[in-house]
Amino acid sequence: MTTLWLTILAVALANAAIKASGPVLVGGRELPPRATAVISLLAPALLAALVVTETFGEDGALVLDEKALGVGVAAVALLLRAPVLVAVFLAALTAALARAFG
Amino acid sequence: MNRRSKTGEGEGKERLGRYYAGARAAVPFVLATLVLGVSFGVLARSLGWGAVAAVGSSVLICSGSAQFAVAAVLGSGGGPFAAIVAAVLLNARFGPMGVAVAPYLKGGPLRRAFEGQAVIDASWALASRGGGRFDREFMIGATIPQVAAWIGGTALGVLGGDLVGDPERLGLDAIFPAFFLVLLVDELRGAGSAVTVALLAAAVALLLVPVAPPGVPVIAACAAALLGLRRTL
Repeated sequence: MTTLWLTILAVALANAAIKASGPVLVGGRELPPRATAVISLLAPALLAALVVTETFGEDGALVLDEKALGVGVAAVALLLRAPVLVAVFLAALTAALARAFG
Repeated sequence: MNRRSKTGEGEGKERLGRYYAGARAAVPFVLATLVLGVSFGVLARSLGWGAVAAVGSSVLICSGSAQFAVAAVLGSGGGPFAAIVAAVLLNARFGPMGVAVAPYLKGGPLRRAFEGQAVIDASWALASRGGGRFDREFMIGATIPQVAAWIGGTALGVLGGDLVGDPERLGLDAIFPAFFLVLLVDELRGAGSAVTVALLAAAVALLLVPVAPPGVPVIAACAAALLGLRRTL
């Protein structure tokens, strides 16, 4: 058993435990209204954080690169009510073109 | 009796329809996940993981963020403990996300623990119905094809990654943040407080990226949702 496999197994167990914890501890109980109020805002908070960290975060630093340009173009396209797949395609196309000619 | 069984059948059909609806809604994410899986496979091979360990990690861990973290830490000479800590920090967000869907899952503790594994970012957000409600069948239906794409993508990357070339050259790394942006825009159409929370969360995450270990900015940003307490106080 190598270090790599031990790490993989440990991470797999930890990941499964994290995902199981909420459903097992809360069970089928209905959450109190205050908890529901927080949870209904969890999605915008989480998604906003994922967008900025995946767009601007690179190995523990903030960077403004071709990827950020692509995501920016997608944001504009969404504001102009472009279809989802068009916006996402424009993100990839912009990043690719910027890298090719940048 | 007859009437009742008919209703049950109708409900079953309706539920099956929601699984399919979830799978259909996940199609764009399935494609993006496939590309990401290929990237992971290429990376794992370049680190000398071997095909079995690379694909095995995608089957057992089944989480892009955790696996990229493990690859990054081990690849830069870090120890297994550091790799495990990084993966746990990155995936700690699934804790509160699991609490959110918990009331909508089914069965006893074991089955709930198993159903909780279906929580992944895109499916969870797609299944969010506003006001803290979630569609269990929609979420599971959206997760299954993404898992298949992740494992299949990893295998493709390990075995034939050279054919794809550098995913960054094709701008494919911009796809995932763009999709998360799509989901975010959907969420912001609801309550006005969602916009405030999203801005606060984005600011917290940006401030923490340069100073905190990977994963911590996203978890800390989730605390912005605590603003929800204000309304009910």
